[in-house]
Amino acid sequence: MSDETVRVAERVDALVVETSEGAQGLQPRRRTDTDELGREVGAVLRQSGLTLDPNDVDYERRDDETMIINMGPAHPSTHGVLRLMLELDGEFVLRTKPVIGYLHTGMEKTGEVLSYVQGGTNVTRMDYVSPIANELGYSMAVEKLLEVEVPERAIWIRMMMAELNRIASHLVWLATNGMDLGATTMMIFGFRERELVLAFFEKTTGLRMNLNYVRPGGVAADLPDGWEDDVVLICDTIYERTFEYDELLTGQPIFRGRMVGVAPITAEECLALGVTGPVLRSTGVPWDLRRSMPYLAYDQVDFDVIVGTYGDNFDRYAIRLNEIRESVRIIRQCVEKMPKGDYRTQDPKVTPPPRARIDESMEALIHHFKLFTEGFHVPAGEVYSAIESPRGELGCYLVSDGGPKPYRLHVRAPSFVNLQAVPLMMRGGLISDAITVISSVDPIMGEVDR
Amino acid sequence: MTSLSLTAPPGVVTASVMASDLGCFPTSEQYVDLVRSFKEDGFEMCVDLCAVDYLEHLDRALPDGIVATRFEIVVNLLSLSKKQRVRIRVQVGDESPIIDSLFSLYPGTEAMEREAFDLFGVLFRNHPDLTRILMPEDWEGHPLRKDYAVGKIPVQFKEAPGPR
Repeated sequence: MSDETVRVAERVDALVVETSEGAQGLQPRRRTDTDELGREVGAVLRQSGLTLDPNDVDYERRDDETMIINMGPAHPSTHGVLRLMLELDGEFVLRTKPVIGYLHTGMEKTGEVLSYVQGGTNVTRMDYVSPIANELGYSMAVEKLLEVEVPERAIWIRMMMAELNRIASHLVWLATNGMDLGATTMMIFGFRERELVLAFFEKTTGLRMNLNYVRPGGVAADLPDGWEDDVVLICDTIYERTFEYDELLTGQPIFRGRMVGVAPITAEECLALGVTGPVLRSTGVPWDLRRSMPYLAYDQVDFDVIVGTYGDNFDRYAIRLNEIRESVRIIRQCVEKMPKGDYRTQDPKVTPPPRARIDESMEALIHHFKLFTEGFHVPAGEVYSAIESPRGELGCYLVSDGGPKPYRLHVRAPSFVNLQAVPLMMRGGLISDAITVISSVDPIMGEVDR
Repeated sequence: MTSLSLTAPPGVVTASVMASDLGCFPTSEQYVDLVRSFKEDGFEMCVDLCAVDYLEHLDRALPDGIVATRFEIVVNLLSLSKKQRVRIRVQVGDESPIIDSLFSLYPGTEAMEREAFDLFGVLFRNHPDLTRILMPEDWEGHPLRKDYAVGKIPVQFKEAPGPR
C-alpha cells in the first residue's frame, strides 16, 4: 500500500488533502486498500475472511486491463442524480461505487431551525415519492416525546393515506422500472393509475405531493365528503389493473430475461448491510415493521407480508406488485372500520383553536398566534421511531432540549442504506443490467442526500 | 427488557431510554466489544448510526458515571429474531472526536459513518474509505456542527448588493 492510499482517521492532515482530490470516486486499484476493494466488488461477508476465494474476487487484476467509466449523475436511468462509477472488463462490471450528494440540501440542518409545527414541510420533501411516510415517521417521533394521544380516527386516516401512498410509490416504481427496460406502455400505465391516488390526495390535502398532511397530534384535515366512494373506486380500479400489469410484464419473455436470476442477493448480505424493505423481503426474510413491530393500527387489519425466495430482480418486482394488492386489502378494511370522532387531538398544547373561536375570543387568537409563531415546546429527551416506508425502515431520531425546535433531527433513510447493496448486486453482471439493478433497489435521491 | 440487561457486559452503564428501548452508555474503549456482544446475542442489523453535537448542552442528563462530551455517536441495533431494539450512545470527545469503526462488524455502517464524518467531523478508526459523502470534496468545515452558522455560505443566486 503506497502512502497516497492513506485515508484513515489517524492522519487528519492527509485526510484533508486526500478528500479534496476526487477521492469520493472510484480509485484505480493501486490506490484502493483491501477493505475498500472488497466493498466495491461486493465481497460483504468476506470481510471477516470466512469464505475468501482468491479466484472469486480478483484482487490481483491490473489497472490497464480494465476501464473505469462514469454513469450519471444526469443519466435518465439513475432515478435522479445518482452517479455510479463502474470498473469494467469488456461488458462485465467488476467494481461499482455509488457517488451521492448531488441533491444534498442540508435538510437535517434546516430541521433544526424550523419549529415542530413547521418540521413537517421539511421532512415531506425528503422521500418525495412517498411523502406521507416521512411525515408519519416524524410525527410519531414528536408524539412519543410529547406523550400525546392521537385519536382513533386520525390513526385510521393515517393508515389509509400511508397505504394509498405505498400504492402510488410502487406504481411509480413499476412505471420507471418498465421504462428502464424499454416497456414504455408500463410507464404510461403506472403514471395513469398513480394519478388516481394523487387526485384523491389533492382533494383531501390540497396538494398532490409534499402534502404536510400528517402532523404532530393528528392530521391536517378531515377526509372530504364522499371519500368512501373515491377510495373504493381507486381500490377497484387499481386492483383490476394489477392483473393487466401481470399480463403485460410477468409472463413476458423479454422482461423475464432481464429480471429472472439477475442481481441476486442473500439474506445474510442484506442483514450485514442493513438493507430493509422489499430488497430484504425478496431474500425470504419476512421482516415488515407493519407486522413485526406494529404501529398505528396495523395489528387490527388482515394483510400478508410478501416474501421472495431467490433475492433477484424478479422477486423484487413480484413483491412490489403484490404489495399493491395487499395495500388495497388494507385500504378496504380502513374504509369499513373507519371510526368516527376527531381527526386531531384536542390537546390545546399542540392543536390550534377552531377558526370560529378566534373571531370571538382574544385568548383563542393569542393561543393561535403563539402556536404558529413560537410553536409548542417539547419535553427534553431523545427518541427513535421507525415505520415501514415503501422502501424499507424509515427511522426518525429526534433530540429535543425542551424548546420549540428540534435540537437534532436525523432521518434514517432506507434508500441511503439500501444503496450500499448496489456494488454487490452489480458484480459480475452486464453493464446493461446495471440499469435494472439501480431500478430494483428503488432509491429516491431526495431521501438519499437529504 | 430483562434479557437485554443480561447481555450488556458488566461495567457498561445501561438505562432504559424512551419507547421501551434499552440504552447503553459504553465508554469509547468498551464500545466495539459491546456492539460485538450484542451482535453475537442476535442483533443482526445495525439500523442506524448518527452523530449529535451537544455544544449547547454539555450539562445534559446522563446516567451516573458518564462524563458528557460535546459529540455523541448514537447507534441503533435491531434484532429481527427477538423483535427488539437497543440504542448505544457513546461519548466521543470534544475537540477532535475519534472512535473505532463498526465496519468489520456491520459492513452497512460504512455509509453512515462517512456521513457522520462528513457532517460532524467525527473520525472513525479502521474505516475503509473515510471521505466526504454528501458534501463536495473540497468543502471546508462540517456543516451540522452547532458552531457552523446557517447562512455562512453566500448563496449563489441571491440579489447582488446594491452600489451604495
